[in-house]
Amino acid sequence: MTLSPHRLATALATTAALAFASFGASAQTVKVGILGPFSGPFAHYGTLFKAGAEAYIASQGGKLAGKEVELIYRDTGGPNPGQTKTLAQELIVKDKVDYLGGFIFTPNAFAVAPLIQQSQTPTVIFNAATSSITDKSEFFIRTSYTLWQVTVPLAQWAAKQNIKKVVTAVTDYGPGVDAEAAFKSEFGKQGGTVVESIRMPLATTDFSPFAQRIKASGAQAVYTFLPGGPPNLGFIKAYNENGLAQAGIQFLGTAEMDEYDLPKFGDAALGLTTAFHYSAAHDSPANKKFVEALKKRDANAVANYASVGAWDGMHVIHEMIKATGGQKDGLKALAAARTLQWESPRGPVRIDAKTRHIVQNVYLRKVEKVGTEMVNKEVLNFGPQVDHGLDK
Amino acid sequence: MQLLANILIDGVAYGMVLFIIAVGMSVTLGLMRFVNLSHGAFAMVGGYTAALLTRESEWSFWLALPVAVLVAGALGALLEALVLRHLYRRSELDQVLFTIGLTFFLIAATNALAGPQVQLIVLPPLLAQSVDLGFRTLPAQRLLVIAAGLVVAGSAAWVVARTRFGVWLRAAVDHPETAATLGIPIRTVQCASFAAGAALAGLGGVLGAELMPLEPFYALKYLVLVLVVVAVGGMGSLIGALVAALLLGSVETASKYLASEWGSLFFFLAMALLLVWRPQGLLKR
Repeated sequence: MTLSPHRLATALATTAALAFASFGASAQTVKVGILGPFSGPFAHYGTLFKAGAEAYIASQGGKLAGKEVELIYRDTGGPNPGQTKTLAQELIVKDKVDYLGGFIFTPNAFAVAPLIQQSQTPTVIFNAATSSITDKSEFFIRTSYTLWQVTVPLAQWAAKQNIKKVVTAVTDYGPGVDAEAAFKSEFGKQGGTVVESIRMPLATTDFSPFAQRIKASGAQAVYTFLPGGPPNLGFIKAYNENGLAQAGIQFLGTAEMDEYDLPKFGDAALGLTTAFHYSAAHDSPANKKFVEALKKRDANAVANYASVGAWDGMHVIHEMIKATGGQKDGLKALAAARTLQWESPRGPVRIDAKTRHIVQNVYLRKVEKVGTEMVNKEVLNFGPQVDHGLDK
Repeated sequence: MQLLANILIDGVAYGMVLFIIAVGMSVTLGLMRFVNLSHGAFAMVGGYTAALLTRESEWSFWLALPVAVLVAGALGALLEALVLRHLYRRSELDQVLFTIGLTFFLIAATNALAGPQVQLIVLPPLLAQSVDLGFRTLPAQRLLVIAAGLVVAGSAAWVVARTRFGVWLRAAVDHPETAATLGIPIRTVQCASFAAGAALAGLGGVLGAELMPLEPFYALKYLVLVLVVVAVGGMGSLIGALVAALLLGSVETASKYLASEWGSLFFFLAMALLLVWRPQGLLKR
């Protein structure tokens, strides 16, 4: 093909225009890759991430720090580190995202640590709750909670209530074992005794035998950890059907009464106590604003730890965009994130400069019925808690 | 002593739940020799129907239960008449692939229609309470499951062994051509049997939901348990499936009381040993 001068000029002009246009776009739009489960048995978490993140952007008028924000969702399915790593790599290399967010499962978060470290991509954990995640890369920031963070004040409270003997019953996998260790260590320090530690297999459907063992252990309270959904429902059913509440065995939990599962328990959940960082019934203007924005975005979305994690995660990303003026500068963004403090829907929070984990109030809550709705009523504020898992 | 009583009571209750969710498969896979991996999907359809009727339409549980069973049965009959009948003579692999595909389709359909969350069946007060056994309590719902399991096992075994329909069914499965020449309406027999299997699956979905909560992935999640019960019980032996379910349920329960840190090891170990001892099924030599 021969090029006439005229054609050459046109081609050059077009290329230049294209280059300029794409340059212009990248300067204007901040890209955030969000990794979470959007299909399969855990898809509702992805939906909650999406609702929380988009509600936050909408509440800021559609732009963050004057920049257009493009959210790019990628589906990790369940705990799937290999696929998560591939997707994160694509987001960083091909889509050239400025920030990453999301993560329900700990192994998925671990998998991206080397990638974000090398590419200096600030990554906000909306949920995954194993303490050591933020150790794996200095570009991790976490806006959820850890089991140590909520369990330690719960164990201290139990000891103060003159509870001397506790049985732990946890689902036998990573977070369950973590929860058991957290409770045992703190309750022991407070002078209490863990009389028996039951580990329930992940595939358990019939929880009656465990309920009977808890009853037979002679403990005054049961500390438990269960993954959401069927195991959670099954355990609470067995707790009631086997008369543990009548026998006076106090229920001590963390995420079990989360607002997503709560309506399904019915009256079986009334009076159960948990220690947690967020209740949809938290009485504050910030929480009202959050719940309203969330419902406006998606009427079916539930205000719970996953959606509030995404909402606060977007707030952190918002502040990092502010600090960098929308430019890609991981180190500068992280420096800004380390000193953040703000009023979250869950209460006053800040990012711990050293661990990059969120410092927040943990509340003791009791399930109550308000009208026809089941809520987690906050009855006691344990005050700001650090991640006791990293500081041990 | 009390520990032993606890293991027996919980073991029988759990075993009966296993049997009630597996009995439909014992008919379609065991009696009809059709590799029906969509069993869980029919159970899910029954369970979802009962959940939606009792929760959204506020029907009584006692009315929703038979309706749910009929819906599952009718869906079974429809699918059998339209598509599944073409698979009887195909290889087992074709049957596996088709029914697994059907399962995925039904999972996606329920997910799209009813959402991904767990569906609860509203129980009447009579079933929602606990029965006091003196030294412990047992959920009343479990007593219904135990009774239903015994009735289903007894009546199904009676139909297969003693009635004309049972004779027809066995003939139609063993020698379809001969049966047809003898004037047995084999198409009707096949369709009715498959519908009965699907209806029993629906029954299991409703009654088993207390322990195996209904959610879109229900159809695959408990399939392994069902297959184990049918395999250990022996193909086509309903009483064998009952004995297998009670035995395996007791083993699983005992391991939860005594050695829960081993997970489901003893359940599958028992399965392996029983299969080595009686590869054709518990009650067959």
